[in-house]
Parts: sequence; C-alpha cells; structure tokens
Amino acid sequence: MGFPIKLIINGVARSVELDDPRVTLLDLLRERLHLTGTKKGCDRGQCGACTVIVDGRRINSCLALAISHDGADVLTIEGVARGGRLHPVQEAFIAHDGLQCGFCTPGQIMSAIGLIQEGQAGDDPERVREAMSGNLCRCGAYRGITEAVLDAQKMLDAASRKEVA
Amino acid sequence: MSEIALSQTPIHLRHGSNIGQPLTRRDGVLKVTGAAPYAADQHPSGMLYAVLAVSSISRGRVAHLDVASAKAHPGVVEVITPANRPALAQDPDEKSHPFMFRLDLLQNDRVRYAGQPIAIVVAETLEAATEGAALLEPRYEIEPARVGLDVGESFAPQAVGPGFPPAAHRGDVDAELVAAKKTITQTYETAAQYHNPMEPHAIVAAWDGDTLSIDTPSQGMAMAQGRLAGIFGISPDKIHIRSPFLGGGFGCKGLIAGPQVLGVIAARAVGRPVKLVLRRDQMFGPVGHRGPTQQTLRLGTDSEGALLALDHHTKTMSSTYDDFFEPASTVSQTLYASSAVATSHEGVRADIGTPIFMRAPGEAPGSIALESAIDEMAEACGMDPLTFRLKNYAEVEPISGKPFSSKALRECYRQGAERFGWERRPLAPRQMRDRDGFLVGWGMGTATFPAHMFAAQAKAILRRDGSGIMEIGAHDMGQGAWTALAQIAADGLGLDLDQLEFRSGTSDLPDAGIAGGSAHTATAGVAIHNAGADAIARLADLATNDERSPLFGAGNAGVIAREGRLFRRDDPSRGESYADILGRAGLAQIEGHGAGGDPNMHAESDYAKHAHGAVFVEVKVDPDLGQMRATRVVGAFAAGRIINPRLALSQLYGGMIWGVSFALHEQAVVDPRSGRTMNANFAEYHVPVNADVPSVDAILVEESDAHVNVLGIKGVGEIGITGTAGAVANAVWHATGIRVRKFPIALDRLLAQ
Repeated sequence: MGFPIKLIINGVARSVELDDPRVTLLDLLRERLHLTGTKKGCDRGQCGACTVIVDGRRINSCLALAISHDGADVLTIEGVARGGRLHPVQEAFIAHDGLQCGFCTPGQIMSAIGLIQEGQAGDDPERVREAMSGNLCRCGAYRGITEAVLDAQKMLDAASRKEVA
Repeated sequence: MSEIALSQTPIHLRHGSNIGQPLTRRDGVLKVTGAAPYAADQHPSGMLYAVLAVSSISRGRVAHLDVASAKAHPGVVEVITPANRPALAQDPDEKSHPFMFRLDLLQNDRVRYAGQPIAIVVAETLEAATEGAALLEPRYEIEPARVGLDVGESFAPQAVGPGFPPAAHRGDVDAELVAAKKTITQTYETAAQYHNPMEPHAIVAAWDGDTLSIDTPSQGMAMAQGRLAGIFGISPDKIHIRSPFLGGGFGCKGLIAGPQVLGVIAARAVGRPVKLVLRRDQMFGPVGHRGPTQQTLRLGTDSEGALLALDHHTKTMSSTYDDFFEPASTVSQTLYASSAVATSHEGVRADIGTPIFMRAPGEAPGSIALESAIDEMAEACGMDPLTFRLKNYAEVEPISGKPFSSKALRECYRQGAERFGWERRPLAPRQMRDRDGFLVGWGMGTATFPAHMFAAQAKAILRRDGSGIMEIGAHDMGQGAWTALAQIAADGLGLDLDQLEFRSGTSDLPDAGIAGGSAHTATAGVAIHNAGADAIARLADLATNDERSPLFGAGNAGVIAREGRLFRRDDPSRGESYADILGRAGLAQIEGHGAGGDPNMHAESDYAKHAHGAVFVEVKVDPDLGQMRATRVVGAFAAGRIINPRLALSQLYGGMIWGVSFALHEQAVVDPRSGRTMNANFAEYHVPVNADVPSVDAILVEESDAHVNVLGIKGVGEIGITGTAGAVANAVWHATGIRVRKFPIALDRLLAQ
C-alpha cells in the first residue's frame, strides 16, 4: 500500500512513495529522505524549528501532511547554499553570532529568507523582530538574529540594485 | 627528561594570539547549513522507532495497558512494559552518591508523577509507534495528587542543590534586627520552570553484543558512561557516546535522564538500533525541572542605610522519591556586606518528577528575591538603589570573611549605570511615561555566580609536519566550546589556529568533566593548557639537549613557543621550528598530557571566587491593560579572562533574556486535582520570543584574577540571569508603584494589586 507523490525538493524533482498517509512533511524530510537539517522542536507548530519554504511561503513542516503537498516546491536549509557558497542570510548569521546551540537556526534562516523574499524585512528592526517571533530560540540569540536579518536584507538589496543596473 | 630546570608551565603563552580574539564560531558553517549532526539526525541501518507512553496521573498504579491492541497495529514490533522489560544489572532506585538520581525505567507499575514513562512502543515507523502508544489506553488506580508548596509537613533537608549545606550564618541576625533602625520582611514566590532546550532529549542506541553505541546530547559523557555501565552491567569502555552538538542543555542534559536509558533498553529488547525522541510535552516530567520556591527575606539597616541583618529563608520542593532542593538562599551568603547574615532552607515533597539543576540553580530564584528585597530596603531608607548597593558593597565575602580572588563589581556598576543613563532616574516610582502614555520604570540588580572548577583531562600531540592535535571529550551546548577551547589549545601549543586539529564531543577522548556550573571553559581550558604545556616542555627538552639545535643549552634561559617555533627567551633570533626538532629527533610526534581542575579543589581555598555584574533594565507598562515589556536591558559583567568576547557576549545576552523570562514569562502551571502540568507546550509555557526582548546590551568589564585558575577564567554561562530577573521586577515597581512578589509578574498579578 503506497501513496505516490511528486515533490520538487531544493530544485530536484523527486517521486516519493509514501508508506503512510499520516507522514508529515517534516517526518518525510527527516526520516525518509534523510534531510535532517530541518528540526523538530515541538511537532505542534509552536516553535518554528521546522520552518521550510513551500511554493514560496514559509510554513511549519510539522503541521503539513506530506500527502497533501503533492506537486509542491519545497526549499529546505540544505538547498539554501548554492554552488558551495553560503546564502547572504547564512553568512550574516555567522557574522552576527545569531546562533548558539544551532538547533533553531535552520528554521530561523528559512524564516529570514522567506520574509526577505516577501519584502517584509525592510530596515525596521521592530518589524523584523515581530516577523521573526514565530521562531523560538531558547539560547536567546535574538539580538544577533535581528542584526543578521537586517544586514542580509541590506546585502541583498545592494545585490539586486546591481542586477537591475 | 633532562636535569635542566624547565618550567612545567613555560612562559610561552602570549594571550591574545588566539585567546581573547572575537572569532566567529568554528562550527558556524555546519550549523547554518543544517549539516551539524544532532542525535536525532542519526539513522543507522535497520533502525526502529521507539515512542514512550507516559502517565496522565500523578500518583497511583497502572492497572491495565491494552498491549494487544498496540501490538496488533501494523508496523508495531514490540511493546515494553514492566512485565517484559529486560532485566537490569542495577535497581533504578539505587542511589549511592548525590549525583546519582533515581530513574523511572519501568521497574514496577507505580506512578509517582504525571508524565512518568509507563511503556515503550517500538515500531518500524514513527507513525506506527506513535499510534501504538496511543492504543495502550492506560487504566489507573488513582490516588489523590499531592502537589504545591503547601502540600504537607515540611522538613530541613540534609543538603540543598548538589550537596551544599542547607544553612549557614555569621553573626546574630535576630539580635541585629532588634537593633536595626529600619527593617523589612517580605516573602517572594517563584514558579516551577522547565529547561526546554529547543532539542528535546533524543537517543539513537545500538547494541553489538555487549558493546553499546549511542548518539545522545550530553553535558557529561563520562558520567553518562558510568551510569549506563552500572545499569547494564558492562564496563564503561564498552559504551561509546557521540555528542558533538547539543541543541541546548541548560542542566537537563547534565546527567543521563530516564527516557534516554529507556531508548537503550528498547534497543536491547528488540536487538536492533532504536531512535527515541521525546515529544515536547514529555519534556515536562522525567528530565528534571527547577523547583518552585517561597522565599522570606528579613533585612535591617542602621539609620545610614548600612545593612545590619540579612536573613534569607527558602521553602522549596523535591519529589517523593529523591532529593534535589533548589538552593535559593545561598546567593545571600556572598553578595552584600551585613553585620549578620543567615541562610536556611526547608523542603516539602510532592508527586512530581525530581527537580534538577537548571541554569543558575539557586542563584536565579535566590537573586530575584534578594534583589527585590534589597530594592525594597533601599526604598525604605529613601535611597537610590545603586547608592544603597554601593553603601553595602562587600569588600570581603560576607559569610566567610575571605577576600575575593578578584571583584570588579564597582566598575560594573559604574560602566553599566553610565551606558544605561541611570543618573537620570527619578527616585520615586510612577514618574515616567513615554510618548504613547505607557508607564516607564528603571530598575537594577547585582549579578553574581561562583567560579567553579571541576576535573578534566586533555591530550596534546605535536606532529612532525608542524601541526598539532588537541583531544578532549568536551561538550558544546551552544556556548561555543568548539571555538573557545580550540583558541586555548592553539595558544597552549604555540600554534596558529589553522595548524590545530581540535577533537572533541565523543566519549573515547579524555574526560572533560561536566559542562555545567559555568565551569566548562575554565575546567577543560586548564586541562588543555596543561596538556599543551606538557607537550611543549617535552619538545623543548629534546631541543635544549641536542648539540645540533640552536637551542642547545638554552634550558636555563628558558624557551618560548610561538607560531610553531621554539626560541630562546633571551635571544628570539635563536630558535627553530617544531617540525625541525621532531625531524632531527626522528620522531613522528610528541605527546603531552594535562589535567584541569583545581588540584586543591576539595581543600579550603583562601579566597572567595565569584563573577559579578550589574544589570539595569527599563520596562514599559500599559497603565490600563497591565501589559509589560522589558524595553532595554544593559548588563556589565566582570568574569575574569574572556577567551572569546563575541561568544561571551552571546552567553550574557542569552542569560539576561533568561532573566527577563524569569521575571515576566516562565511558569509551569500545575492542576492541583490531577497534578498535571497544564501548559506542557511552547504555546502556553511562555519563553521570550524575539519581539519580547527588543534591546539587550552587555559590557565586558576587564578583570584579572590570579587565583581562580592558571588562565584566570571565571565563566559567563549563568551569571546573566542573576541580577537581571530582579532588575526587571524592580523596574516594574518603578514604573507602576506596585510591588509584585509572585513571579513571573503576569499582568493579572499586577492588576490584582
């Protein structure tokens, strides 16, 4: 008994034979596809550690059933760095020490990338803090996280201006 | 070794070549790409999934489990209950030393707290194991829950915290209170709290005959090895633990917890590798917590505001079956000068899982009560809170009369106050509003945490190619051991960091001790430093005894090691590289060994050793709705030598956020009827989110300490909570004129007054 679905994961088309309709997108990624960068902190949509980008939107993958995402385009932390180069958000997290234990970090970075893509980050720290508040960090690395998002936004703005020019 | 007198600690350390540099995390790339391997990321071939069933009652016995239904569910391989749990070599209720806590390993059908594991379901998939556990539908014989600090008879515990004396005094507080011109007596309550690292406890366990291989987060691999060896009746060297990354620990991963052992039991029962990961709600019970407290402080001053008496009494709670009493009064022994000081504790027992050390155990709840009381005393004396604290500055440790090994607290007060702008603070409360009409208040607190040292070992290797290796089974919970310890190692070996391979995070390396008590950098760092010094001394011995070396005969003058070279101290132009020395001697490598920890750690020290700090907080309070936010937090801390300022600041920011959390957010709410924690999830157990802590700032105040250890390190992991929590509470009072003495200061508690 299987449930075939098709997904694009980090740009690669994959056919997945789901063994069980109860499998969440998070458990599919972690336990079946061994993409373990995405973390499970609560399994209830309360901590944001499992944040991935599906069809351009940030979601908690623990609250998504894999079977209901047939055809979806999924970006996980493993797909963020391209061609051996870190994404500006990843660089900024290291530079601003926006992490300690690192467990919430993949989710924080996916949220940051999502909100920058959505044009929500801007240069207002208060807006960034509000928009990043779905991702808990028990170590309390929030200052570095906020600085990293603002800094990455600046870098990406500068890069896109260059592209337009 | 030659007869030439070579110091065992050659003066080759130029602190600053690596130590003291604000390097970014060496494991940063692994962590931002999702490649850092945490325990639950492991997936050995043939692995099964284990899910725990836990009790929904807090006292009684499990009368029935529907094992047949669970086993009948497709994919379920085994259901383990007390009826079929494999025999263990040791009774889980045995306790032979204070660091050995009784565990719930399915030894019988008794339930002694809500959330206690009562069965394990093992299945081919996580989904099948989860469903299997739900199908067990336990029936209980329920006995009434006994919870809350007023649960019953209290008693004087034999020890508090990990083996501290429960009471101490100097002078006669009762007599001084009678003589005092002004006195206050107030009671403060703090809530039960749960560590809740983002990474729940997880284990992947695999048996091969009597060899056990496990991936699990641990703040103390050697102690975990010892505990597992006892439980399973095997030698510790048959147990291999990998714990390169912890997704946070905060104390609850210091000792191996019952659920981790249950993962090992499950793997043994089914003869295949097993992964067991706790659900978030299962983190509220079997892995420890911070016990609630009720603290009564009595203070008295003379007419000038000098403290004559400081009496701190704590009532707290342990489980019915084991001992851990939050040592909250202890902080009052060391912080403020007073003619008389007394601290004491009483305990009660309730139907809860056993508490355990949680970030700043004792100091965190003790500090919020003490700093609140000091503020109230200052108010009673009509004095500015900072002036009052300076008036009662302890020049020697109050309880012992010993001098401090170092204490730059005055400088912390000065720098912190200046950056915060404290001098503009009006003395009376409820004087400031912001543009939106919110009440604004400024409060402060003194931070303090003892500088501990435990025991550790390290091994250093210098190789013929000029590179070095440092080996130590240290633990990185996020504090940055991979980086800071490598910096110490590079300096210890006189190498650039890129010439050093730093091996850590597994139990087959030398024992680094426990990563707790803010002592890991100091303890492991000293072991590393000594191992490096030993290797360098052996290398110098080779060179100074070899006629062909430019260092021949330099033993009396001494040699210095730097950037992969040894050279004469009196003539830096005469020297040679490590590679040349080893090459000529025909050696592939040379080894050094070192121990950390104070060799006299059990002897009475001549000095009182503590880190200190001063924290200043602004809060804004909605005058109508009572909503509160800590809008500005500034801390200045003196904690001896700082190995990596970037990482130390992150530790302090995190600690201060825990302080804000302590004062405003965190509490486990227990239903008195069932004994269950009603908010065992991240939606209702509040910890600060990004928007809750808009501005956190810390200053590293320079402090040099010749007594704590050879490196002068005190530790920064826990001190940030202390001082901060009280400063928030004092700021709420200053904003509103309302003194809330029950923490966290939830808005209903503020509005009720």
